[in-house]
Amino acid sequence: MTRVLIPSGALGLNYDPEALARGLAAKPDIIAIDGGSTDSGPSYLGRGVSKYARASTKLEWAGLMAARAKAGVPLVIGTAGTCGTDSAVDWMLDITREIASENGTTLKVAVLRSSQDPDRIAQSFETGEVTPLPGAPEVSTADIRACANIVALAGIEQIAAAIETGADIIIAGRTTDTAIIAALPLMQGCHAGGAWHGAKIGECGALCATNPQSGVILIDFDTTGFTVTPLADGAHASPHTVSAHMLYENSDPFILHEPGGHLDVTAASYTALNDTSVRVEGSKWVPSDRYTVKLEGARPAGARTVVMALLRDPRYVANAAAWADDIVTKCTAKVLDRMNIRAEDFRLEIRLMGQSASFGALETRTGDPVEIGAIGIITAPSEAQAAEIGKLLNPYLLHHPLTQEEEQPTFAFLFSPPEMHQGIVHEFALHHVLHLENPMDAFRLEVVDIG
Amino acid sequence: MAELGTLVTKVRSKNAGPFWLTVDIFCGNAEVYSRVVRDLKTTQIASVFHADSQTIKRFDIPDLNVVKFSLPRPTVQGAIGDRDMHGASWAALVGELDI
Repeated sequence: MTRVLIPSGALGLNYDPEALARGLAAKPDIIAIDGGSTDSGPSYLGRGVSKYARASTKLEWAGLMAARAKAGVPLVIGTAGTCGTDSAVDWMLDITREIASENGTTLKVAVLRSSQDPDRIAQSFETGEVTPLPGAPEVSTADIRACANIVALAGIEQIAAAIETGADIIIAGRTTDTAIIAALPLMQGCHAGGAWHGAKIGECGALCATNPQSGVILIDFDTTGFTVTPLADGAHASPHTVSAHMLYENSDPFILHEPGGHLDVTAASYTALNDTSVRVEGSKWVPSDRYTVKLEGARPAGARTVVMALLRDPRYVANAAAWADDIVTKCTAKVLDRMNIRAEDFRLEIRLMGQSASFGALETRTGDPVEIGAIGIITAPSEAQAAEIGKLLNPYLLHHPLTQEEEQPTFAFLFSPPEMHQGIVHEFALHHVLHLENPMDAFRLEVVDIG
Repeated sequence: MAELGTLVTKVRSKNAGPFWLTVDIFCGNAEVYSRVVRDLKTTQIASVFHADSQTIKRFDIPDLNVVKFSLPRPTVQGAIGDRDMHGASWAALVGELDI
């Protein structure tokens, strides 16, 4: 049997210290936590940074490092620093060094790096070793080379290699959410379908239970399946909460693709052992002929400037869409007239909060809002150009009249200056897999002694 | 005719990665589930998202009393024209469908 303790769905989301202590008392074989996701958007991968505050990450990581020392078992984090680039791994390693130094402890740390060289990925794309998944965007080799960062998602093979170094702590770059949980059970001969299925159930922490905020769960893996137990006071897992978790952020609730194969839970059975624990058996692992790892990439999409104004005058609120359309038309013409920029190189839009900002043309409802927030969004090749267009938009959002006959209106700006500069923004560019002869081919493993 | 959101326990939408959106309709009990399975057409979901119904994957899951739809995201997550980074707002439009 392999016992995996999962403190929460992600480092930075907090965990319940009492439940964690309960997990330590149960003598886990490994502590595994995820550090990232694409769910917060492309900026983190594009910039290679974490979305969570360093202070929170350090506090929570120090708690887990102390838990690891107490349990005397490995601690593994996957997708360190939200995006799992080498820069995010280095950030996490730096935090780990700092904590070790403050505590006066010495540690062996295995570092698994997942960043890819865009030029090499572009070459692999040309030779057919990089292929699109369903729903992938059209890309060219130039698009791939333009990526600020590309990562490959490690599976259990790479995590197993890191565990085999005997390290106290494993800091992994981008991995699949499940690999850090499934690796040790698979290394120790547990049921393959059960290992991957349990890992999927556990990857969001206690989200598979009735008290999702509590975080901590324990999963026991064995030769026929797995048993999941949430550890917080008042948290319960039921066959329904556990099986329903396969729906969560999954496009297919029965199939999960992983490096080296896929999990099929169509025939899985879920049994309540008591009002807390659920036993799952019957999940199947189907190995694939080719070993592939998924790629994620983010490339610069230009620089963004945002200008907001508030409309409170009832006539302007009622006619906001026409007002905004007229501004976009007139301001676009002015940009083309006064700046050395082509129409296809910038984008100017105004979204109307209170009316259609959520869905745009897909909105089906209308109403009479008290006020409307007009969000002017500009994307242009450079920060200077986006800022300049923001300055051209500014007088329209402040004073544009519905008709030429009326007195010049003035709307509410929130700030001085009203323009907010986001700098270079990114967009996801890859939804592809990379074929590998050897699972370690796209990854680098290094062992460092710290403290 | 009734509004879907008033019949079921919950409609949830989330990203399933940056390129897919998934919508889970939790019906709460077998009776409501049967009605939703019978009366909610995949073409209605397609019309909400202005999507081609051929691109929509549908899962009727009686064990959970859940009907699930997955489709290529109407706008890629975080692309310049995207309006909802986490894809959770879309549930409102689905919940407002009449069946």
